[in-house]
Amino acid sequence: MIRFDSVTKTYPKQNRPALRDVSLEIEKGEFVFLVGSSGSGKSTFLRLILREERTDTGMVHVLGKDLARLSNWKVPHMRRQLGTVFQDFRLLPNKTVAENVAFALEVIGKPRGTIRKTVPEVLDLVGLAGKEDRMPGELSGGEQQRVAIARAFVNRPMLLIADEPTGNLDPQTSVGIMRLLDRINRTGTTVVMATHDQNIVDQMRKRVIELEKGRLVRDQSRGVYGYQH
Amino acid sequence: MRAQFVLSEIGVGLRRNLTMTFAVVISVALSLALTGGAMLANKQVDSMKGYWYDKVQVTIYMCNKGDAASTPNCARGAVTDDQKAEILKTLKAQPIVEKVYYESAEQAYKHYQEQFKRSPLASSVTPDQMQENYRVKLKDPTKFAIIASLFNGHPGVQSVSDQREVLKNLFDLLNGMTRVAYVVLAFMLTVAMLLIVNTVRVSAFSRRRETGIMRLVGASSFYIQMPFIMEAAFAGLVGAGLACAMLLGGRYFMVDAGLKLQDKIPLVSFLGWDSVIGVLPLVLLIGVAMPACAAFIALRRYLKV
Repeated sequence: MIRFDSVTKTYPKQNRPALRDVSLEIEKGEFVFLVGSSGSGKSTFLRLILREERTDTGMVHVLGKDLARLSNWKVPHMRRQLGTVFQDFRLLPNKTVAENVAFALEVIGKPRGTIRKTVPEVLDLVGLAGKEDRMPGELSGGEQQRVAIARAFVNRPMLLIADEPTGNLDPQTSVGIMRLLDRINRTGTTVVMATHDQNIVDQMRKRVIELEKGRLVRDQSRGVYGYQH
Repeated sequence: MRAQFVLSEIGVGLRRNLTMTFAVVISVALSLALTGGAMLANKQVDSMKGYWYDKVQVTIYMCNKGDAASTPNCARGAVTDDQKAEILKTLKAQPIVEKVYYESAEQAYKHYQEQFKRSPLASSVTPDQMQENYRVKLKDPTKFAIIASLFNGHPGVQSVSDQREVLKNLFDLLNGMTRVAYVVLAFMLTVAMLLIVNTVRVSAFSRRRETGIMRLVGASSFYIQMPFIMEAAFAGLVGAGLACAMLLGGRYFMVDAGLKLQDKIPLVSFLGWDSVIGVLPLVLLIGVAMPACAAFIALRRYLKV
């Protein structure tokens, strides 16, 4: 699903590489936590998967494709098989919940019939049935993140990337979001989630990948957030 | 491609950016009206040139009694009948000569009086000051030099004049003015382009949230850029429409009504409606293509994959 082979990435005008010689493999259907302090390289890791950045050296394979050899015009098609969720939800404030989700399908040219059918289904799945016509501003943070997850999942991606999806939410709401992500993972979608939330990582007991100053320092199945130093 | 979705996005974009859209429409309209106007002016000058050059002739002035003192070639007095006959024979032998008219001093005087009816020049001239002359119509008016070299210094010839020279100055002036118009319109088109580039950038910036999401969910760059390009093209089309209206209105008010130039200057045959309508498709094409290209260039750097 995802394979990093000795990946190094340095941003222009930076001395220290954001990622240094990282190699790992994530299999189909896995649920992976990506942990590490700010500046450890988590975001770079995710941006490389999304091909928002390219590696300096090393190879990144996503869904069986070598991203270095993927031409620019094919990138959108690759991204259609990926779903992305962010800490700040990134919803369109002037569109309703249903329109926000439908937007993701409209802009990739899906027929209207498909959109009319799948949008209510996915809103039902994330627990927002009955709130289709609300505006994002009227919803709680947890509900907004559910809309964002619905939008990410509506095209049934093989892989869901979540960049601190619970970062703006209280612990109780976060648990709800984690249950939802877990359910999505159980449908066969691979989930990669960057997080700072120790409780969540410790409770879920999934694979944990830890980065520190750009290096891979821990890769543990059924891991916890951090070692007891 | 979902047409309705794209159209609604374009509508939203244009309304959000109303003042800038307005500026784009106006500047496109003005620069295109000037473009069309300059093209028509150019056509007008060309048609006048064709019309007048067809009428003008080379004139061979022959010596009269009075020229003996002032022109060395006429030192032996007025032209003789033999000389006249020889000039006519030589002229007729030239393959480039189409027709030769003879004008006596008497006729020349009459023409002169007619032409300068309202001028004090008319009364100051007497018939014996006028020269007999041959008016020569050439098959190709540009071949004047051949005639000039043949007859300059020929016995009995006072001078050879190309009437084209007189008109040339006028046409040079008109051409110069069209050239100035082209320079001005080049500036105006540049300004319009820059304005469009800027407007599209502002538009793209104000919708970076949408475009960001579009990129994330895998919309193709064509789909992301399309609304912006269409927006610019639409504003350009409205501007081009206005420019067309200005051109049609301009021809109507300058030639037919208002200024009524056709009545005032009957000598000039003004371009017909067909010529004006002929430039409209080009104006519309430029009006749509130029903003679309400007938008595309503006977005290339702005909306990367």
